[in-house]
Amino acid sequence: MPVRYLLVICDDESDPQGPEEIAARPDHVAWLDFLRTDGVTLLAGERLRPSGDATSVRARDGDVLISDGPFAETKEQLGGFALIECTDLDQAIEVAARHPWAAHGVIEIRPVWEG
Amino acid sequence: MSGPVDEALVTAFHRDRAQIVATLIGITGDWDLAEECAQDAFALALERWPRDGVPDRPGAWLTTTARNRAIDRLRRDAVGAAKLRELATTSRGVPADVGDSRDAEEAEVSGVPDGRLRLIFTCCHPALALEARVALTLRTLAGLTTSEIARAFLVSEPTMAQRLVRAQRKIRNAGIPYRVPPAHLLEERTAGVLGVLYLLFNEGYAATGGADLVRQGLTAEAVRLARLQARLLPHDGEVAGLLALMLLHDARRAARLDGAGDLVTLEEQDRTLWDAAAIAEGVELLKTALRRGQPGPYRLQAAIVACHATAADASDTDWEQVVGLYEHLAALLPSPVVRLNRAVAIAMARGPAAGLELVDELYASGALAGYHLLPAARADLLRRLERGAEAAVSYRQALHLATTDSERRFLSRRLAELGVG
Repeated sequence: MPVRYLLVICDDESDPQGPEEIAARPDHVAWLDFLRTDGVTLLAGERLRPSGDATSVRARDGDVLISDGPFAETKEQLGGFALIECTDLDQAIEVAARHPWAAHGVIEIRPVWEG
Repeated sequence: MSGPVDEALVTAFHRDRAQIVATLIGITGDWDLAEECAQDAFALALERWPRDGVPDRPGAWLTTTARNRAIDRLRRDAVGAAKLRELATTSRGVPADVGDSRDAEEAEVSGVPDGRLRLIFTCCHPALALEARVALTLRTLAGLTTSEIARAFLVSEPTMAQRLVRAQRKIRNAGIPYRVPPAHLLEERTAGVLGVLYLLFNEGYAATGGADLVRQGLTAEAVRLARLQARLLPHDGEVAGLLALMLLHDARRAARLDGAGDLVTLEEQDRTLWDAAAIAEGVELLKTALRRGQPGPYRLQAAIVACHATAADASDTDWEQVVGLYEHLAALLPSPVVRLNRAVAIAMARGPAAGLELVDELYASGALAGYHLLPAARADLLRRLERGAEAAVSYRQALHLATTDSERRFLSRRLAELGVG
């Protein structure tokens, strides 16, 4: 039974490359090739703007609280995501380990909460 | 209950329990249910076997009983009934290794992938926290109760129960596969399993004295699991190496502590108390294992322990070979503890001054700050060099850092023997 995982891709935001530059990177192309040959489906995936462009919103007691920046100030910030469908955690680990960002950042694998 | 029935049950518990749990997990995918039903089957055997006699195939009897129990329980609730219907329509309903008509031992020699092997790789999956891997292995493979594991690791029973529940939940929710890893992952994952087993062994081995009896039992469990692992992966030299290492260490058990429960150094141990049969088995295993390609860390460590175990006394030990083995080991595992052990071996081979030089290098690097065996080793070398006052300073440092009473008593005794104010 295929399982869906969200790969939460984080780094220290020192790499300013945008989606077009990333798409042209040989290591990123190799990663996409690996997904195809290993039978992993990429359901969705995007590069996100840096956390400086983030806005956090909370609704409390009828008030909407809006603040500039990400909800947590940590060294590693969310920089992108990939939603994949594969067979099990071992395959998801392999996909994450081969992602170019794994070499300098960190990738968190979160299983989708299925039924 | 009569003796033979008792014995048959204990044998079946050690030999078949894990296989039964593995089979039930294969059928139901439910770890809790699998363990409970295995437990139920043994409880029923306890009741029936004295009355009806021990069945011809105790393993098959227990497997069938446990499986029927699992199916009954799944039928009883709606979710379970749905699960059964789902199982009936998927291949998971008929796993190849169901111990229906054959005993676990037969399944083993038949070449069918053993369910216990899948179980141990799943329990030791690197996506689980190390403490969870250890607890799951003890619970699922060794069949220890939650309260026994809690006592062994000095945590409360609810804490341990929660740790086990969380781990089982993660296996299910995160999609940790229930299988023997594919070839390209096998070596790395086997190393992970061996790490868990060696940790278990060391937890038991480090335990001393009456209050630690439960923890001492971990050593026997670790040896049993390593034996199983060696049987299931007969071509893996490191698995055999770990089993040899455990046997060779454990062979010295009776000589390691004196009457008062204090540690006796290798040099001062009464070697007639060593278990000659265990040493012979360990050495034999190691010999075979060393023929299987480049030795990894477990075979190298076993070879070092074998040098000690086969020597008549400390002076008869081939210390140059021990030094050489530590050098190989240091190349594979560049850890400061290995460097410290190498320094001690060099002191034995080439004199305390040569060893002291290396120990002082380790001091200067700061890598083992806070580790009591570094000042303890330094103190011992200074004592041999008859530099009593300096030795006393190092013994006091070691005393300050030692973690067990037994070690503190040993160090205090050495300090007193120096006769330095």
